[in-house]
Amino acid sequence: MDNNSLKISTLLAKLESELKQLISKRKLKNPLMIGIHNGGGWIAEKLHHRLALQEPVGIIDISFYRDNFSQTETFSQVKPNLLPQQMEGRDIILIDDVFYTGRTARSALNAIFDYGRPRQVILAVLIEQEGREVPLRPDCSGQTLLLANNERINLTGPEPLALDIQSPDKQLTAA
Amino acid sequence: MNNLQLNKEGKLHHFITIEGLSKEILTEILDTAESFLGISEQPVKKVPLLRGKTIVNLFFENSTRTRTTFELAASRLSADVLSINIATSATSKGESLLDTIRNLEAMHVDMFVVRHAISGAGHFIAQNTAPHISVINAGDGQHAHPTQAMLDMFTIRQYKHDFKPLKVAIIGDILHSRVARSQIQALNTLGVKEIRVVAPKTLLPSHVEQLGVKVFNTMEEGLDDLDVIIMVRLQKERMTSALLPSEQEYFKCFGLTEERLKLAKPDAIVMHPGPINRGVEIASSIADGPQSVILQQVSNGIAVRMAIMTLTLQNKGDSV
Amino acid sequence: MSKIHIANGRIIDPANNIDQTGSLYIADGKILSAIEAPADFTADITIDATEHIVCPGFIDLSVRLRDPGLTYKGTLQSETTAAASAGVTSLCLPPDTRPIIDSQAAIELIYDKAEKANYRHVFPIAALTPQLRGIELSSMAALKQAGCIAVSNATVPLANLLVLRRAMEYASSHDLLVMHHPVEPALENKGCAHEGFFSTRYGLPGIPEASESIAVAQCLELAKLTDCKLHFSQISCKSAVIKIQQAQKYGLDISADVAIHQLHLTENDIEPFNSSYHVLPPFRTAKDRQMLRKGLANGTIKVICSDHQPHDLDAKLGAFPETEPGISSLETLLPLMLSLVNDKAINLTQGIACLTQNPAEILGLPLGALSPGLDADICIFNPDLSWTVNPQNWNSAGQNTPFWGTTFKGRVTHTLQSGKIIYTLKLNTS
Repeated sequence: MDNNSLKISTLLAKLESELKQLISKRKLKNPLMIGIHNGGGWIAEKLHHRLALQEPVGIIDISFYRDNFSQTETFSQVKPNLLPQQMEGRDIILIDDVFYTGRTARSALNAIFDYGRPRQVILAVLIEQEGREVPLRPDCSGQTLLLANNERINLTGPEPLALDIQSPDKQLTAA
Repeated sequence: MNNLQLNKEGKLHHFITIEGLSKEILTEILDTAESFLGISEQPVKKVPLLRGKTIVNLFFENSTRTRTTFELAASRLSADVLSINIATSATSKGESLLDTIRNLEAMHVDMFVVRHAISGAGHFIAQNTAPHISVINAGDGQHAHPTQAMLDMFTIRQYKHDFKPLKVAIIGDILHSRVARSQIQALNTLGVKEIRVVAPKTLLPSHVEQLGVKVFNTMEEGLDDLDVIIMVRLQKERMTSALLPSEQEYFKCFGLTEERLKLAKPDAIVMHPGPINRGVEIASSIADGPQSVILQQVSNGIAVRMAIMTLTLQNKGDSV
Repeated sequence: MSKIHIANGRIIDPANNIDQTGSLYIADGKILSAIEAPADFTADITIDATEHIVCPGFIDLSVRLRDPGLTYKGTLQSETTAAASAGVTSLCLPPDTRPIIDSQAAIELIYDKAEKANYRHVFPIAALTPQLRGIELSSMAALKQAGCIAVSNATVPLANLLVLRRAMEYASSHDLLVMHHPVEPALENKGCAHEGFFSTRYGLPGIPEASESIAVAQCLELAKLTDCKLHFSQISCKSAVIKIQQAQKYGLDISADVAIHQLHLTENDIEPFNSSYHVLPPFRTAKDRQMLRKGLANGTIKVICSDHQPHDLDAKLGAFPETEPGISSLETLLPLMLSLVNDKAINLTQGIACLTQNPAEILGLPLGALSPGLDADICIFNPDLSWTVNPQNWNSAGQNTPFWGTTFKGRVTHTLQSGKIIYTLKLNTS
């Protein structure tokens, strides 16, 4: 994988232009940008600035909405959601760093719908990695990637933001 | 005994008593409760964490308050919750208790929250229930009330942040109080500087000092320089069983008044597990005053019980 | 009746000061002689007792057979089998059966049942008050004539001290032994554990030591007043031992026994909320246990009993305070006594005397010794044989013992009652 193709600013620029098109095409009014804690939150802050949105970024932590309750390690660091009181009828731009299986996006949608019925939600992600497990996909992404089995891409941040690809220990895989 | 609550990996599967739980486990409960605190403040006070789980509140002793907070905690986690009040006399037989448990087990429930008038009932149920079921002790006899103690610890941490330098006093009917026993164990595990109990000798159990507390028989000595004041409820029947002469005399000697409160540190907090006997344990002006955190305790109770339900249901029991 | 020769055993007979390896000769159900071989003796049966101890059969002052009346907990058949396997050849049955032993008919019923179970020496203790109500006096003369060995109100409290005084006076006029559980019920206050650190820690209603020592003090004053022959059943605390010792020095005809488990377990040994440890009086402190052992060694306490109380499963299934107190303890009596010897609390002769000679003396029975002419009640045991408390090795219907699963040293191999072998240990040789 060529690391140059994963330059954050390039990806953000592409995402910004795609989002602008989408906002106008889907006629989003006063969109509320929500980042999924924690990588999605960092990306949302950047895009929020680039798109010069009025309302502050919302943050949701989807730990309580996951579908793998008994495998979750701990709930001791779950952040409270930072969302405006009124979510009913809103246009929402949901941001995450990496879209992989789609389970995080599903959990986030469930969380958002608990707050009310938005008019529409669009999903934008920095990286879309092949490997969907549920019938959801992002509306726009900075880059689509096909990685080897068991390879995962990970965003570190908040400053500086960087992407790295982790391949699991060969010996562990063999075991 | 202590292993009963933990599975083979040392994780919390039942929650019966504070005894035998490490500082790490208690801290994890408090931290997890912190995460849940926000949920009650959201417009939608519910997360789907325990969706599909069935929680049965088994109350062999009436307690609307405790039952309500457990019901709310379960509902906010999206569990199905069923409350059963089983009016029993103190002489209820073990068989009927076990039969009740077996019947509910057959209905595939996931958790029992048990309140019982006899010490050791929670322990007995945990020992005799199927390994996939978690048991939470919501108060057994004079033995333990660990969820109440944890919400008190949570409240103390909220206001005082660090347990280490604290001087805490528990005041009132220590002899009959399961809450006091659990509080003492929790405060010791979390490492406060000093724990005191303040009561007349008729309301203190024998060898109480061996629990790791300093004993005082007057408020004047016991309140000096305190950070946290915990009042314990006084039951009316203590008067009829010759433990105390009268409510008036009790308030005169052990009631928390404005004047006495001045003996503690100026930023001391006043706690009470409720329901309050105004003018018996505590003056109204204090219960409703700026140093009282009694209502905060009630709100915290839901988050703490959510945390304990989540943690215990997360960890599978060992099949025997 | 057959002639039995028990050969090569270490014969210990405290009553006759015998501790010697040799033979015991039995004929016609009676002891013919110890050590000295009688002339013209040809044995029908020879028991090789090499490396075994041969002693008088044990006399147990408190064994609940649960029969008549509570046969779901144990039957006369099951519990006398347990007794035989424990080397116990005589046992006293407390009056709290159903019917309560307060009539000649009840006593006759028990003798009938014992005969059917082929266990001869069941000695009923009659109720001190009718229906154990603690109010009026029972017909002690008639009960004595019917064959009761003593009178007692079991664990049921008497209405007041006046009733106890009158009962002691009346029993004394009929030369009946009064066996008394010293408890002040108001102080016992429905407790289930010793009032101390353990009860405080686990929020269990406590029973203070004073509930026993105050009752002992009161009874001693009444014994002085009434000149009654008084025996304290199953004492548990230090101050009771001290008070009894003082009274004995003063010259009162007072005796006492202790339940074997009280000499071993304390409140610190209780597994929290494990109902197997629920007994009355409760397990007390290490200091109390030490004083009980000392009292045994210096003769203040003359007798060790099993205080056998078999229970059905349901009786012990529940939260600790609501379960029934008591331990099924016949079969652990000998190994626990030997363990006292091993701990050097008492010597072996003392231990055997506490189970044989001393209870026989208190009851006034011509038993508990190997004197020629006495009923041949014999216990033969292997002091080194290890065994584990499990269903294969257990005879009592009650499995309620805190020692379940424990491995002990010392096991009875043969028990003879009136010259009849009523128990032989069958070892699994597989």
